[in-house]
Amino acid sequence: MSIHPEQTAASDPRLVRFGRYLADNPVIPLIAFLFFLIGVLEVMRPGIVLPFLGGREGIISTFWVGNLIKFAIPLAMIAACQVLTMLTAGIDLSAGIVATCSAFVCATLMPLMGPVPAVLIAMAVGMIVGLVNGFGVGVVRVHPLIMTLGTGLIATGCLQVYQRFVIATGTEIPAFLEWLGTGRTFAMPNGLFLFVPFAIFVIWLMRATGFGRLLFALGSNEHAAKLSGVRSWQVFLALYALSGLIASVAGLLYLGMIRAPSLSLANPLMLPSVAAAVIGGTSIFGGRGSFAGAIVGALILRVIDTMLTLLQMPEGARIALFGLIILLVTALYVRITGTR
Amino acid sequence: MTRLVQKHAWVLGLLVLLMVLLGITKLIQPSFGATGLESLARAALPFAFATAAMAIVVIVGGIDLSIASMMAVCGVTAAVLMQSMGAVPAIIITLGVGTAMGAINGALIVVTKVPDIVVTLAMLFVWEGVALLILSTPGGNVTDAMQGIIAGSILPGLPMALVVMAVAIALVWMPVRRSKIGLSIYAVGSDELAAFRSGVSVGWTKVVAYALCGLLAAMGGMSLIMLTGIGEPVPGPYLLASVAAVVLGGVVLGGGRGGLLGPIIAVFILRIIRTILTLAAVDPNVTTIVEGVIMVAVVMLGAIVTYRGVRA
Amino acid sequence: MDEVQRDSLLDASGIAKSFGAVRALSDASLHVARGQVVALMGANGAGKSTFVKIITGALRPDSGKVLIRGEEARVGSPAQARRSGLVPVYQEPSLIPDLDVADNLRLGDTPVEPFLNWVNELGVGGLRLDHMIADLPLATLRILDLARALAAEPDVLLLDEMTAALPTDLVENVLRVVRAQADEGRGVIYISHRFTEISELCDSATVLRDGRSVGDLKIEPGVEGRVVEMMLGAKIDLGARETGGARAKEGTPRIRARGLAVAPKVTDVSLDLYPGEVLGVVALEGQGQDEVFDVLAGFRRPTSGTFEVDGSPVSFGHPADAISAGLTFVPGDRAEALLRERSVHENIALPFSARVGSWGPLKARHERERVGHAIDKLQIDTRAKGEVQRLSGGNQQKVTIGRWLAHGVETLLLFDPTRGIDVRTKRQIYPLVRELADQGAAVLFYTSELEEVPLACDRAVVIFNGRVVDVIDAAEADEETLMRAAYGLTEDKAAS
Repeated sequence: MSIHPEQTAASDPRLVRFGRYLADNPVIPLIAFLFFLIGVLEVMRPGIVLPFLGGREGIISTFWVGNLIKFAIPLAMIAACQVLTMLTAGIDLSAGIVATCSAFVCATLMPLMGPVPAVLIAMAVGMIVGLVNGFGVGVVRVHPLIMTLGTGLIATGCLQVYQRFVIATGTEIPAFLEWLGTGRTFAMPNGLFLFVPFAIFVIWLMRATGFGRLLFALGSNEHAAKLSGVRSWQVFLALYALSGLIASVAGLLYLGMIRAPSLSLANPLMLPSVAAAVIGGTSIFGGRGSFAGAIVGALILRVIDTMLTLLQMPEGARIALFGLIILLVTALYVRITGTR
Repeated sequence: MTRLVQKHAWVLGLLVLLMVLLGITKLIQPSFGATGLESLARAALPFAFATAAMAIVVIVGGIDLSIASMMAVCGVTAAVLMQSMGAVPAIIITLGVGTAMGAINGALIVVTKVPDIVVTLAMLFVWEGVALLILSTPGGNVTDAMQGIIAGSILPGLPMALVVMAVAIALVWMPVRRSKIGLSIYAVGSDELAAFRSGVSVGWTKVVAYALCGLLAAMGGMSLIMLTGIGEPVPGPYLLASVAAVVLGGVVLGGGRGGLLGPIIAVFILRIIRTILTLAAVDPNVTTIVEGVIMVAVVMLGAIVTYRGVRA
Repeated sequence: MDEVQRDSLLDASGIAKSFGAVRALSDASLHVARGQVVALMGANGAGKSTFVKIITGALRPDSGKVLIRGEEARVGSPAQARRSGLVPVYQEPSLIPDLDVADNLRLGDTPVEPFLNWVNELGVGGLRLDHMIADLPLATLRILDLARALAAEPDVLLLDEMTAALPTDLVENVLRVVRAQADEGRGVIYISHRFTEISELCDSATVLRDGRSVGDLKIEPGVEGRVVEMMLGAKIDLGARETGGARAKEGTPRIRARGLAVAPKVTDVSLDLYPGEVLGVVALEGQGQDEVFDVLAGFRRPTSGTFEVDGSPVSFGHPADAISAGLTFVPGDRAEALLRERSVHENIALPFSARVGSWGPLKARHERERVGHAIDKLQIDTRAKGEVQRLSGGNQQKVTIGRWLAHGVETLLLFDPTRGIDVRTKRQIYPLVRELADQGAAVLFYTSELEEVPLACDRAVVIFNGRVVDVIDAAEADEETLMRAAYGLTEDKAAS
């Protein structure tokens, strides 16, 4: 509610223009920032990125770069859930739990029915949670934060009950997931075989389809979308189902990477995924966002992670820092654009 | 007038529902008595404080997603402090810490103009991190005297924990409720523009409401360590539970209406459902699911009511 | 000189205020002396509401001063304005709906005894202090607002459309009490559309037009004509009408509405809109035209009445239903219709993707053609096409119309499409509207600027107080006739 219009009016026009430029092309400065961080990392621990500086073979450590990309991939995929939902001014806090659920379901069903049904059922699990989210957000109009938090809680409970029934069967990981998760081709992680098409799909969906246009429209001005004949509940239902599906695919990939299914496997990806999307220039208030930015955001977070580990920062500092990043970037966005 | 009657009718209805549920419990488990009530009241304690805290910010028209994290910070703070000092100074310091955290939340919302839901989401992580920094694994020390506060019953059927909770919340809320600042909290939640035009300082009112939320969250955090005897840095499931109890308790999301009594009765209703399910030998994990479904359903119902209210 | 200063209660002079590129006020002044009731008048968009906000401290002026009792008032908030002696009663109730009367009084530090006396004096009986505000009828709330203001014993009382929601007997009480206040030496600023009240109550009138004060008139018999003249001012040439006069009404009307009512504002609206016709809607602000357009556009259902499109009865639950029936709506507030941070192309092409069947890949060429056609047709300046919010107001408005042009127009509902846009754009919009009608579209056209009615419309319905009170031949009507009609001055004729 803007009760003090006189206070919100004036921001420095140059700051506004600069902010707009950044908002239009978030990827360029982000990549610059990524390289800056890598530079700092190199200074902190000479030779980690550029082995010859540490007196070892090689100009660039392909192993290190491959590792960076490998661990950024599942994060970037979950960040896709956040980018897509945040375009409509929503959020999907159940994404981490959904990823965990589908990974666990897949690993436990694998010995019983083989890889293909196990993977398909795991993906169906993600979609079902997503549909429930979409129903709550689009039809009942619960705030997406509360709704996805609630379904996440229920999904956790279901997973615990489910675990009781399958505890005897043991777990097994489909071979192709392991290949995707841990294998390398030319020193680059095989996960890229999944991720590159996925990223192209998400970017295509956002930019070149009617559905993508509606996501931007709903986040920018839901009233205007309604005026143009958009029934928003349909979009929300499809959106959250898609988000659930993406989360479950990310969970499967992560399963192949970690190779140890547990009841909290992908949960730690939750907070960084929101941070990656926000850093990548996606507005939490909707209407503006870029998946390319979120990918760079995920890489940046992984580099920061490495730095914090080098500094022997405790886990708490990491979480608090990510929280502060989200708040700072958002506050800056509000300050620069004057919108909420 | 009718609304006044309606409001009380809702709280009364909740009270009747609670009695019925207590009756059912007694039916399922004839030995359910004073000790059963005691353990129920003790288990409900942190939920009740979290709910009271959430109710105040919802009344002012906001929401605080960082409640569980603030409780964790206060829990570990108190547990760590008690290793080196007496219970009383530790409690006082912890209450101060909670109030300060709440005030920071409120001030950030007012100053940055970022919506409450986003600020408190970010602060959820910040406070969680802070809790882990204070104590990276469960630990600390809770004096026996403190744990003793909520044990036993004052009179048969009147658990000590219930009395402690009622007194603590009343001490915070009663002076506020009928004062000018209490009125302002309701006014801002009800109609921010009209409140501004009536001369209310909207920003200040919000900061106070969030600070009160932090104070109650501190009590919640301390009740948590009284129950377990140990400081736990990982936030518990209090966010959704408190939102659900607040909605069920008749506080409209969006603000301006309701009080603290309804939500607290709602806490007991939600808790006793858990007791009943446990007594009926339902798998505790299934109980968690049932509870989750009930809470989501309640919140959905609240959303429908709010949505209709806005449209009408 | 001393005499004047002692008598002067409120002096606002040279007030200017801009919102971005829009200049809401350029040189507004108002003087209120002891014992005076001054009417503040102006047509829609003259800057009245901005002026009120500045006087009451809700907005800060870009330049100019507000002096209260000769001292510069540092009004940063309504609370400060109140302390300095000016108490406003706003157009919409500003009591807290979820608190009872007593708590509302406590919140604003209003003394209870005088408040209750005033409530009695104003003729509202049976009020209890524990009544919830949300349960009280609107008329009572207006009275409580006034009583609360009176109890604060202000030097200057500002009443903004105080009587709009009141029944006649309460209006009389209000006028009597306010007059008595002035006679006791207070100053009153009275804002109203109703000439009868103004001539009964006020001593003088200050007329605002296009953001400046254009004159102070003494209220005397026959002053209405001069006020209307001043509000209209010297005309800017909006161009001449290019196409012919009223068309014959034949065949089935595109829209036929009978006895539409939307509680509480609209009580009885019937109209027929034929293909090939531009039907004007003449109404002052808030006479129920908003609700009528909402019903036609599918945003809300009427409380009663029937509504047919091409002869078959319809009931819209969502704007999508209206669009399927060919009814497309351009709202008055551009902000409601635009995706501010998205491109011109995306804004215009939005309806193409609305249905689930069109969620797939965008048909780029098809879209470019249709959107390009609309942009050419409307001559939209696309230099800043990357973000609609960077366009000028006029171009933004063209985008909202262009959306339906690209989509295809059968029935166009235009709600005040020329509000706050430049003359050049206006001149482009009227011929466009006429052309659409010539091509067989039916257009319903509400405008807050009466001089547009003869330029664009064939016929016009006059809505006053929620009812259609008159249907006039728009091409023939001069502006004074329209203004009188809008102010309900011809209501007697219509009723008889």
